[in-house]
Amino acid sequence: MDVRVQMSMVFHLDKCIGCHTCSLACKNIWTDRKGTEYMWWNNVETKPGTGYPTGWEDQEKYHGGWELKDGKLGLRSTSKTQTVFNIFHNPNQPSMDDYYEPWTYDYQNLFNAPEGSDQPTAVPLSMVTGDLIQIKAGPNWDDDMGGSPVYAESDPNLAALNPDQKAQMFAIERLMFFYLPRICNHCLNPSCVASCPSGALHKRGEDGIVLVDQKRCRGWRACIAACPYKKMYYNWQTGKSEKCVLCYPRLETGQAPACFHSCVGRIRYLGVILYDADRIHEVASLPEDQLIEGQRSLILDPRDPVVIAGARQNGIHDAVVEAACKSPTYRFVKDWKMALPLHAEFRTLPMLFYVPPMAPVMAHKSETALENNSEDLFADIEEARAPIEYLASMFGTKHTGKVRYALRKQKAVRWYRRAITVGDVDMPTAERMLREADCTPAEAEAIYRLTSLCSFEERFVIPPMHREQAIEMLEDPLEHKQGVGFGFMDGPRRGL
Amino acid sequence: MSNLSTYFNALFFIALPYAALVLFFLIGIRRYLRRGFTYSSLSSQFLENKQHFWALMPFHYGIITVLTVHIAAFLIPRQVEWWGRVPARLWFMEIGMLAAGLLTLAGLVAAMVRRKVNRKIAVVTSAADWIILVLLLLQIVSGLGVAILHPWGSSWFSIAVTPYLWSIVKLDPNIALVAVMPALVKYHIINAFLIIAFFPFTRLVHILVMPNPYLWRRPQVVRWYRRPQAARG
Ligand code: SF4
Repeated sequence: MDVRVQMSMVFHLDKCIGCHTCSLACKNIWTDRKGTEYMWWNNVETKPGTGYPTGWEDQEKYHGGWELKDGKLGLRSTSKTQTVFNIFHNPNQPSMDDYYEPWTYDYQNLFNAPEGSDQPTAVPLSMVTGDLIQIKAGPNWDDDMGGSPVYAESDPNLAALNPDQKAQMFAIERLMFFYLPRICNHCLNPSCVASCPSGALHKRGEDGIVLVDQKRCRGWRACIAACPYKKMYYNWQTGKSEKCVLCYPRLETGQAPACFHSCVGRIRYLGVILYDADRIHEVASLPEDQLIEGQRSLILDPRDPVVIAGARQNGIHDAVVEAACKSPTYRFVKDWKMALPLHAEFRTLPMLFYVPPMAPVMAHKSETALENNSEDLFADIEEARAPIEYLASMFGTKHTGKVRYALRKQKAVRWYRRAITVGDVDMPTAERMLREADCTPAEAEAIYRLTSLCSFEERFVIPPMHREQAIEMLEDPLEHKQGVGFGFMDGPRRGL
Repeated sequence: MSNLSTYFNALFFIALPYAALVLFFLIGIRRYLRRGFTYSSLSSQFLENKQHFWALMPFHYGIITVLTVHIAAFLIPRQVEWWGRVPARLWFMEIGMLAAGLLTLAGLVAAMVRRKVNRKIAVVTSAADWIILVLLLLQIVSGLGVAILHPWGSSWFSIAVTPYLWSIVKLDPNIALVAVMPALVKYHIINAFLIIAFFPFTRLVHILVMPNPYLWRRPQVVRWYRRPQAARG
């Protein structure tokens, strides 16, 4: 057992209101520089929809991630041989057209236009060329299902549905959508890192955050093709790849990442988990239907003495183990089994987990849709909501079991709380639901608390990173004494 | 030999090569140490994906073939000369090189056109890019000219040019053999040194940071600030 630490996340999709505050918080801190205008390290997609970049989930198109070839784990399009031969032109690299051409507006014209009979307008100008452009797409073009006949209907996950289900999903009375916020998954088996010809991409040993060493990156772009989530971005100005850094400078000072901190719906949770690095390859090579279970089994119980001993042996600070015990990720993923990885079939072992959405409820019957008169108290999960096969295509490697389990538990908790606070459900029914959903009253209370009443400290359990000690190992702080005061920093620039 | 041409030869075949090499190493290393960030392929594929294929693929595969043979003739002249002794092999080499040269030319011209006509690409094109493109164009055109007008280069290169190049390396320049070369060949050599001189100022430095350890390393890379003895990789 090789115990390591991973900063991991949970997004509770039932709570996301699609406000995009997270995206803007990130943009303002990290990607408002030249060459990065088109990047959204955090983006929020409407589902069903094609997402950003367009159709990213479709690996028949983008060829990202890992696959099993004759039982052997390999990169789909960025193996060493393929990368060497594709280094001059990568056929699997998306171009700006797959994202969008960033633009601004000619606001100056509103002030400077000569007097005339018309109101002056601010025409859109490309942020690449500065020319007048026709806006054809944006990072969130199909927000709230705008343009669904083009976008929502080409959602790759719809392949999991039969024609009937599909028709139902788009029937106007049943129309439903939800939001999918995405950042880098800081995977345990990152395909970007494995594909990087320069060794610039790496995982930080201490917290598992995946970073690009900007000085080592040479712009070979294998990572852009390799990341199946398309969360590697190419800065066309500096000729370097960039990605979500999980706001590590904030984490190192005990603050939550900007998107987490600003999240209006409070859907985001962050905490460390301990995992067994010896088993990464084994788990990533499991048959598809065992991937989610396998990934769960990688996560170790931080209260287990054997694990604690392993952590100590690997130099993991006790404070980190303590934080792992309080980690909301551990609770959602391991204890309650409610949070699932997105597209685990890409085999990167993503460390961002999603609680699948209960909402929206689809009022498909003329009477109230929420009545549960049938013997099956969970009937509406099958009938009145997003087709479970659709959710399973995203969160269950096309197997509905795990998604159904998570949804049933959510519903049971709701009804249990309803029995307590509203009283329109009788307790025996609520308790029966809990039992059927594999949940106890105590667990239900804990889920309720962490879902609805969670404080900042409960949502973000950030251990002290001891960065100061770590850096002292590399640099002597006294070396800079008497030497540094004012100094110069070189901005990143293109070419010499 | 007139005085003028002696000066000419000394300037272009002794002074220029050394100036070029000094610049190459001095600026190249300095840039790597001081501005390592600027060592990048500066790929523009992201901005334009289609013409990119038709320009960059032929250019790179062409130039790699041509350069490899040049370097072979420099490093292992005897083997190259031996290869050329059988007419069939010589023909194969000549035609192969000519084809590779044409491929390079086609790719380079396509790349130049792409940089000229595509607005997005124009935005990321610098003066240094244009200078090196023009130098490369001259080099390839003159190289093709040599191949056609003064054939069997694979044989005479090893006999005439290689000793000269080695004399430069050994700091004992001997230009007797190049001094009598046809003008086009001379130009090809001079232009080559110009490219070497200008190399460290341009995007060509990406050649120096070609992926290498990558081919032998394990797939996943983990960087530690500190790692206790007991723990494994
Ligand atoms: S800020 Fe939170 S609630 Fe708003 S879109 Fe982002 S994840 Fe959803």
